[in-house]
Amino acid sequence: MYGWIGRYLRIDLNSGTVRKEIITAELARKYLGGRGLGTYFMMTEVDPKVDPLSPQNKLIFAAGPLSGTNAPSASHFDVVSKGPLNGTIAASSSGGLFGPMLKYAGYDMIILEGKSKNPVYLWICDDVVEIRDAAELWGKTVPETTEAIRSATDEDASVACIGPAGERQVLFANIMNECGRAAGRSGVGAVMGSKNLKAVAVRGTGAVRVPDIKAFRDAVVRASNKIKANSVGGAGLRNYGTDVLVNILNTVGGLPTRNFTDGYFPTADKVGGESLARQVLIRPRGCFSCIISCGRASKVTNPKYEGHGEGPEYETAWAFGPDCGIDNLDAITKANYICNDYGMDTITMGSSVACAMNLFANGVITAKDTDGIALNFGDEDAMLSVVRKTAEGEGFGKKLALGSYRMAESYGHPEYSMTCKKQEMPAYDPRAIQGIGLNFATGNRGGCHVRGYTISPEVLGQPVKLDPRVTEGKPALDITFQDLTAALDSSGMCLFATFGIGAEDIAELLSAATGVAFTTEEFMKTGARIWNLERLFNLKAGFTTADDKLPERLTKDPILTGPSKGLVNRIGEMLPEYYKLRGWDAAGVPTKNTLADLGLQEGNR
Amino acid sequence: MTKMLMIYPDRCTGCQNCTLACSAFHDGEFRPHTSRIQVTTWEMEGFSMPTTCQQCEDAPCVAVCPTGAMHDDPMMNRVAWDQVKCIGCRMCTLACPFGAVSFETASHRILKCDLCDGKPECVAFCPAKALDYVEETDAARDRKKVVAVEFKKTFEEVN
Repeated sequence: MYGWIGRYLRIDLNSGTVRKEIITAELARKYLGGRGLGTYFMMTEVDPKVDPLSPQNKLIFAAGPLSGTNAPSASHFDVVSKGPLNGTIAASSSGGLFGPMLKYAGYDMIILEGKSKNPVYLWICDDVVEIRDAAELWGKTVPETTEAIRSATDEDASVACIGPAGERQVLFANIMNECGRAAGRSGVGAVMGSKNLKAVAVRGTGAVRVPDIKAFRDAVVRASNKIKANSVGGAGLRNYGTDVLVNILNTVGGLPTRNFTDGYFPTADKVGGESLARQVLIRPRGCFSCIISCGRASKVTNPKYEGHGEGPEYETAWAFGPDCGIDNLDAITKANYICNDYGMDTITMGSSVACAMNLFANGVITAKDTDGIALNFGDEDAMLSVVRKTAEGEGFGKKLALGSYRMAESYGHPEYSMTCKKQEMPAYDPRAIQGIGLNFATGNRGGCHVRGYTISPEVLGQPVKLDPRVTEGKPALDITFQDLTAALDSSGMCLFATFGIGAEDIAELLSAATGVAFTTEEFMKTGARIWNLERLFNLKAGFTTADDKLPERLTKDPILTGPSKGLVNRIGEMLPEYYKLRGWDAAGVPTKNTLADLGLQEGNR
Repeated sequence: MTKMLMIYPDRCTGCQNCTLACSAFHDGEFRPHTSRIQVTTWEMEGFSMPTTCQQCEDAPCVAVCPTGAMHDDPMMNRVAWDQVKCIGCRMCTLACPFGAVSFETASHRILKCDLCDGKPECVAFCPAKALDYVEETDAARDRKKVVAVEFKKTFEEVN
């Protein structure tokens, strides 16, 4: 096969057996790879009602057909599983080197089953696959684990691992690779911890092949030039990272502030990408094959918050910043480093702290609940204290380790949790930006911006500017972005490549890489197929249309200050049309015709 | 005109587009392992260092080659290699102070930068201008300018 390797690893952690299996051309074409292929195997092999932290759940690492080529910013792989934070199908995407390295070793995907009796890690070097003892690694942070495994295996190995948070099954624990890249959301790190699997380390010396290297080069140059010429994909993200969005979102009054009690933060500039570049940036970094370089190698010299590593990204700067009423960039960056070292999702961590601060401000919880910490909005040291407690599994940190929904629910007030399907929403206020609200509510893994980034047209004017305040046309827009992203995630591309290229360009790259002719229409339909398959998984897991909603705060309590003052989200105007355009019935279930059109009958258990 | 491959590690993002472009051009496949340019990265420090053949004027690999396979190529300002004369002894690998030469038995070939015959693909695909193919006497010019700009800033502050 071209593009794909055509082979994957199936590893039973109960017995320690390793099998090498074939991916058929038909399956590859239908689901591409990454998120799509992983979801297909989850749907086929795992009961959607399974307890996510039980041995019956599976954990899949899957690269895409473009991973390992020099298609611009095509480093991505997905970790697919049933997520413990909310019980939905979870596909958590990460860049770095891991995905391409897996393919150079000769595999498109790894399926991990069962549970090891003792802590282990997986070492893959081309044809050699070993399950190794990890007793000495258990308890180590992400950088410590990465270094120790490289010493024991190969200094050029790519290491994807969990930190202590994943070991303790913090419900939003992530899987980190190359120390600074994260399969961040949905708690896939807790699934890895539940399997007693500390790390997957891989080194590959083989090749990824394409049918015509010259034609592929031409397609890559065409796509790259479009990205370079784009104001966001070109200079914007390189100069200021994703954190460039802080000031942009604040200017439209869409920067959620103090746990979404407001949508405007007057001192936002202090935590934005421009300040980051002046204050903590060492230099921009790129994932494998990346031409955008949004990554931030950073260093905090302030002795109180000293450290170095990667970040913060926009969502992180927001979650520990404006969402907690905090404008101290050094402290925010430190919180990022703690999360990276211990392996926790910064969005859910920060948003859970914000939720706790909101509960504290309203007297629902007191210092008695928080180990004596006065958890006031705006107090960066209180924020850091509880982040450390969560990382270390101490006191109030054990509550935060459940995520904001379960934490707030335990005090009788789940409505304080700013979540969709129990996953924390990211840094875009749906009251100011209507379309993104619909995307959060219908997201197949709950509140998430990288499932349908309608911020592109609604705020950034990419590829065209749309009015964020209207609901008209937004259901169709959401569907387009959701399908595009599902197919793109499955190809191995980074979402940021879409700041410059669209479905037709990615379809062209895919065709040139695989030798299989993908039309733009077919590419988008593949996205719809994957989206509907995820929907079917969630329906079988027990989710209903009642779960396709936003927190009441966003539909009832208007934004208090700033440019979007007085606005609420009007999801009721959008959701029925969304179902209709999706080809779903009023209960949010895909109709027979829809499934038949997408060729999903046989995947429907 | 004598050109050289100039490396700016301070600009490198660690993306490895150079290794991808190199293997694609020379081998027709994406195989960073056999790339003639390699990148070493320190992730926690955010630093990456590309290394490749420096095309030495008095090259140790040429000096130790027993058959003359490795030879000076003044026209291209590079050290070139003749597959027919090569006996695969790997003395060049041992001698190179930069670790820039290796031999692959399976394909009976030396893996060493040949500057893509004057149009280096790694330079074409580097998104950060961390690699440049420039006239050798101008190679340090960018560095000089950076120092000059910094000096100017400081000078203006104190005056």
